[in-house]
Amino acid sequence: MPNRLVFSAQLLFTLLVAAFLIVPALLSMLAGVTVNYFQGVRSGLTLQWVMQVWSLYADTIARSFVIALATLAVTLIVGVPAAYALHVRGGRLARAVEEIITLPLAIPGLAIALGLLLSYGGFGDFRRSWLFILTGHVVFTLPFMVRSVMAVFSAIDVKTLDESAASLGASPWRRFRNVIVPNAKPGILAGALMVVTLSLGEFNLTWMLATPMTKTLPVGLADSYASMRLEVASAYTLVFFIMIIPLLVAMQLFADSDRKEQP
Amino acid sequence: MRLNTFIALCLLPLAIVVGAFFVLPMLRLILVGGSGGMGLSAYAAILTEPRFRATLINTVVLSAAVTLASLVISTVAGLFLQRNRFPGRALLVAMLTFPLAFPGVVVGFMIILLAGRQGVIGQISSLLTGDKWVFAYSIQGLFLGYLYFSIPRVILTVMAAVEKLDPSLEEAARALGASPWGVQRDVILPALKPAFVASGAIAFATAMGAFGTAFTLATNIDVLPMLIYTEFTLSANIAMAAALSVGLGLVAWAALALARTFAGNTVAAAG
Repeated sequence: MPNRLVFSAQLLFTLLVAAFLIVPALLSMLAGVTVNYFQGVRSGLTLQWVMQVWSLYADTIARSFVIALATLAVTLIVGVPAAYALHVRGGRLARAVEEIITLPLAIPGLAIALGLLLSYGGFGDFRRSWLFILTGHVVFTLPFMVRSVMAVFSAIDVKTLDESAASLGASPWRRFRNVIVPNAKPGILAGALMVVTLSLGEFNLTWMLATPMTKTLPVGLADSYASMRLEVASAYTLVFFIMIIPLLVAMQLFADSDRKEQP
Repeated sequence: MRLNTFIALCLLPLAIVVGAFFVLPMLRLILVGGSGGMGLSAYAAILTEPRFRATLINTVVLSAAVTLASLVISTVAGLFLQRNRFPGRALLVAMLTFPLAFPGVVVGFMIILLAGRQGVIGQISSLLTGDKWVFAYSIQGLFLGYLYFSIPRVILTVMAAVEKLDPSLEEAARALGASPWGVQRDVILPALKPAFVASGAIAFATAMGAFGTAFTLATNIDVLPMLIYTEFTLSANIAMAAALSVGLGLVAWAALALARTFAGNTVAAAG
């Protein structure tokens, strides 16, 4: 009998925590399609706010996608070979390099953005283009790609594979292309999902690096929270949710299938 | 050696990108922090200047409180979810981890919807007590916002740690006559300590540096990231902003480094 009570109390507590996290998200989705949030759903449902968001902020949505895909491209080109090299090389130097590239996870985005502004803010054309934002996103997401790929390498004993291909006379480049990359695919995929999700939602760096002409979606969101009516801000948030929820679900499924493969 | 050349080639893009866009800007930040009117004493001013010191203390106390609260909440919920199987459990876990990828600004907006002028909490409280509770833009609102993004991170770490616990230890304790509460206190909680240290450090570091949530909610509250932002944009006190950022970066990094020496590898503090 007391066991039953303990279970119910714990369940109630956990449900309350879940409600704290989920209720506001559901409310914002609802508010984005409600005619007048103050009056509630009785005032009717509408897509007018979503339309308004589209006409006001379509450019920020497109720009966020471009930056996320560019960030992915750069982290792939830079991160995958680096992960391979760090894994094969090993030792203290590799550890130190890994340490340095993971620092952006510990250092607040605001500090990195300030450093970038102080170093490159003087190059006007670069400062004003979306490429400036790209540099921040690459620095911030690169460790996720490198770590994700390195995790696969240490799980599948890539060194032995690499050495047997070498003993058969394959050149380093050919081994990288035909042995390393295909074997690293799960890590590359997991890293890619992470990089795109993080880039789409990045605000801390981007707010400082963006200009009025290079606003991204989260920057536009902050704008709308400060200056737009609640329904428009909610509709904009709804658009953001629609963009990232498939990525989150994909990541979840990926993590689950990963867990199932391991005994 | 051809392989060594290939490895060097593999590392070259990394060296260029990280060198130019991370290492160099960080060095520049440290230099600029000591180059203002005050020179290197700008770094000392973080602690000696009353306004900066008050903000630093404010931020540390808030972050520590958030860390403690999310550890307690996540341990209760995480232990429960990992130890019981019931219909709807997977959905509940998904709901608790779903906000993991929300940007800080969106978290701030979630708090506005909860505790703002048109928020649910206000509506419920005015129905129950006749008093409308609106606190989204106060320190309580900020606390709630930080809690919002900390809980999913901490709960994931705690659940993973509970999964790895050895059930035979608990059985042994029970067989030796320990009460259920005794098992919790003397077996389960000590075994979870590394997970507490690791996830607590992440929660603390993330809360210290949280800019997006503070940007949305802390219009009248002094927390370190907002202070840096206003010093840089409004007062154009660039050297002080740089010195404060270096200070903030050091505190966040130290918290994570400390946790790692105690608890092995940690996950990211992205937020």
